[in-house]
Amino acid sequence: MTRRFLSRAEAQALCERLLKWAKADETRVNYSGGWHGDTRFARNEVTTSGSVEDGTVTVGSAFGKRQASASTNVFTDKALRACVGQAERLARLAPEDPEFMPAVPPQQYAPVSAFFDSTANLSAEARGRAARFALELARAAGDLTAAGFIQANVGAAAVGSSSGLFAYHQSTDVSYTLTVRTADGTGGGGGGGSSSDWTRIDPEAIARRAAHKATASRDPVAAEPGAYTVVLEPQAVGDLVQTLAFSLDARSSDEGRGPFTKPGGGTKLGEKIVDEGVTILSDPADSALLTAPFDGDGLPLRRQVWIDRGVLTNLAYSRFWAKKQGKDPTGLPHSVRMLGGSQSIDDLVAGTDRGLLVTRFWYLRQVDPRTALFTGLTRDGTFLIEHGEITKAIKNFRFNESPLFLLSKLDGLGREERLGGAEGGGAVVMPALRALDFHFTSLSDAV
Amino acid sequence: MSMDRREFVKTTAATVAAAALVPPTAREAAAPPADPAFKELAMAALNAARAAGASYADVRIAHNRNQFIRTRERQIAGVTDTESLGVGVRTLVQGTWGFAASRALTKDAAAAAAREAAAISKANRAAQLKPVELAPVVKFPNASWRSPHKVDPWSVPIETKVGALLAANEAALKVDKVKYVFSGLFFVKEEKTFASTEGSFITQTIIRTWAPMQITAVASDFSDFQRRGNTSPPTGRGYEVVEQSLSPESATRWAEEAAQRLSAKPVEPGRYTLVLHPSHLWLTIHESIGHPTELDRALGYEANYAGTSFLAPPEQVIGKFKYGPEFMNVQGDRTQDGSCGQTGWDDEGVQAEAFSIVRNGVFVDYQTTREQVAWIAALGGAARSHGCSYADSWSSIQFQRMPNVSLLPGTEERSAEDLIAATDRGIYVVGDGSYSIDQQRYNFQFGGQVCYEITGGKLTGPLKDVAYQSRTPDFWNAMDMIGGPKSYELHGSFFDGKGQPGQINAVSHGCPPARFRDVTVINTGRKS
Repeated sequence: MTRRFLSRAEAQALCERLLKWAKADETRVNYSGGWHGDTRFARNEVTTSGSVEDGTVTVGSAFGKRQASASTNVFTDKALRACVGQAERLARLAPEDPEFMPAVPPQQYAPVSAFFDSTANLSAEARGRAARFALELARAAGDLTAAGFIQANVGAAAVGSSSGLFAYHQSTDVSYTLTVRTADGTGGGGGGGSSSDWTRIDPEAIARRAAHKATASRDPVAAEPGAYTVVLEPQAVGDLVQTLAFSLDARSSDEGRGPFTKPGGGTKLGEKIVDEGVTILSDPADSALLTAPFDGDGLPLRRQVWIDRGVLTNLAYSRFWAKKQGKDPTGLPHSVRMLGGSQSIDDLVAGTDRGLLVTRFWYLRQVDPRTALFTGLTRDGTFLIEHGEITKAIKNFRFNESPLFLLSKLDGLGREERLGGAEGGGAVVMPALRALDFHFTSLSDAV
Repeated sequence: MSMDRREFVKTTAATVAAAALVPPTAREAAAPPADPAFKELAMAALNAARAAGASYADVRIAHNRNQFIRTRERQIAGVTDTESLGVGVRTLVQGTWGFAASRALTKDAAAAAAREAAAISKANRAAQLKPVELAPVVKFPNASWRSPHKVDPWSVPIETKVGALLAANEAALKVDKVKYVFSGLFFVKEEKTFASTEGSFITQTIIRTWAPMQITAVASDFSDFQRRGNTSPPTGRGYEVVEQSLSPESATRWAEEAAQRLSAKPVEPGRYTLVLHPSHLWLTIHESIGHPTELDRALGYEANYAGTSFLAPPEQVIGKFKYGPEFMNVQGDRTQDGSCGQTGWDDEGVQAEAFSIVRNGVFVDYQTTREQVAWIAALGGAARSHGCSYADSWSSIQFQRMPNVSLLPGTEERSAEDLIAATDRGIYVVGDGSYSIDQQRYNFQFGGQVCYEITGGKLTGPLKDVAYQSRTPDFWNAMDMIGGPKSYELHGSFFDGKGQPGQINAVSHGCPPARFRDVTVINTGRKS
């Protein structure tokens, strides 16, 4: 397949061309571009499928402390010159920004090899073949319907600035999510996977697992809302735990408006905030994550351990806030990984006297920013565990719970898995886990 | 924002008239002329699609512009101007869809996109069970439309915009304990050209404006913080709405409400009568009526992401399902002036219209696109599209998106104050807060921005940590009072998400205040 994004040399030439036209005191150019191909299916047939090529240039201009940005996806000289002109016009008119930070000087970046031909060459035919495992399995079963989505992304991102900085990263990623429902509407199961490398996705295994969950969750019975021991599959853990990213902002914590604010002022940095079994980090070069090693300013993104064996060890510092607080800037992470243990999901279930097995959560929304409390629902397979065994499918529950409360009541860690679809997006690796006293507040009739 | 009854009746009558399939006349006058170069490009794509075997094709050339200005406290936090231009081609080959899009705006690139779309159609033919059928549509060979705006946001100097934001922030920051303020101006302009092999050629300019604020009060000992956000609704209008959305008087009031929440009484969990203001109720309508009445959801086409709907199968619910009391009437509408969902034609060339979704308490119809009509016509649904197709970009595949979905006011002239006065013990909720609903749209939980205790027909003090939980059919059937035409307001969402890949849609919801009996309220202020 022809390359549908700029190479390093082309991106560098583009940045230099724009920087040459620029008249501002400082100018930064961001390029991102590429191609995505997707295939969507539902009711046991393919519904829509598309192929999209796009690219965007963003110019950030600063005169003294006045700054603004403009972007375009039209790469003619005329349009690009107009884009530089628009950024500079807006910047001249904008009021001075007291938090203005000068351009990042040239940097060294740890190499991240995130480009895989298996994903870059994933054609409509190949996506269709992958979908067919699920479609044929569901059709053959006679009483199952499959709906799913496969999307491959190929592209590059670059940053160039008048400080002489240049950064370039090319990547691929692909995700597959699948939902299988019973024809009578009483059972539903889900599954999925994502990776930079399509060969690491197993569409057949995903289809079997979702179909099994759908059949096993048929005709659920109602259980009483209340506090339960829960075994959460990696997807469910990720759905709730990745919401912590919203709360990691150092500035909000320092300003007294986050769950990591200490009563009386200051942050909880250095304090034990959750169970000592919990370690959460971001790392662009982690082979399961493989995200860009720089942010939009060209600031290097490095391995950051946010929570180390239960202790809050870092918060996310912007360049401005880091300077003000005398810290190192971290940028905002594009990925999150929680370290797991050695137990399988079966082991976690076997060690549970009475509790619930949760496949995933859905429609999470923050309820109380003071405690990072979220509400949401279980979905795609929720089961009762009695005496170490799954005994029946139960109806879905709504919960009101904080990831911080959950991780404080940890009672067992399972193996890690890269999630197929995360509500918050990004690369997420999470373990299965068992936790005590999880608060379910009402029943849902939804399947 | 509110309208009187005469205006309301006039608007409703106009929207119903617009539903008749007649070519537009007066509305065309002010619209921009079609770009001849775009016409050539569109024809190149359609011809290439036909040559590649497409029985139907449409092409959309779009130029989307956004301007976002953000401030915090007494400073600017960002000024961003974006534009995106490109062409998307959708093809139907032997009843199977394909789509391809490119930012290259040449006749060759448009034709190449058309051929790629047709190739994708063919690649997917084997995995399809039933060919797509499109409902008939009236041809509009030379039509145009634009949003009813007085001031194009791009004509207003940046200093004026920043000045309006910082003046509102300043008013809020004068209030004791208010420490942080975010405010922003979001402007969107979609200039789009649609052409199809059926002979339509339609150009439209759509403008939307939103000026949100979020105000945070912090207790002096850092023991608590409280926010007041979602202050003003997004609109399908121009800069003229900004003055009202960011008025310093309103900013002061919102700031006082944030500070007041610090000393508000935590709610006692239990069952309450709720009086819901339009600035809150719109979101409950969006989630529990807007989404479940989308036909693709009801039939399982969104099962893998957004979910399905309790409102199914169609043949068992159309004309039968009792959504709420007899005075409950809900309308889908893409014609209401100033609404986010207003348009002249949808993204497959169907003229905008208004239609009933719930009539006298009974569910009567779903939101539809052309392809969906074939799914439902034999099951008692509409025989033509309600014009609900939308794509958020030239690079997105158009599909069924929510029109404005509005709860119509009662005939009797009642205000929120009248509903409160008639309530012995309850909670009055203003503004939309936290929201969550299950994947079939049964179980939901909503919080508000400001909540007050109602005792003996009077507001007796602010409450905090309030959220209510209910089940959609139980909730709407518990509605026992509704405001009149003068209490009707239009609110909505700038960024409603649906589909894979995800697309956004802006949508308005009009409603009066309404009262609901015996609803479960929980206290969300857990500490561990």
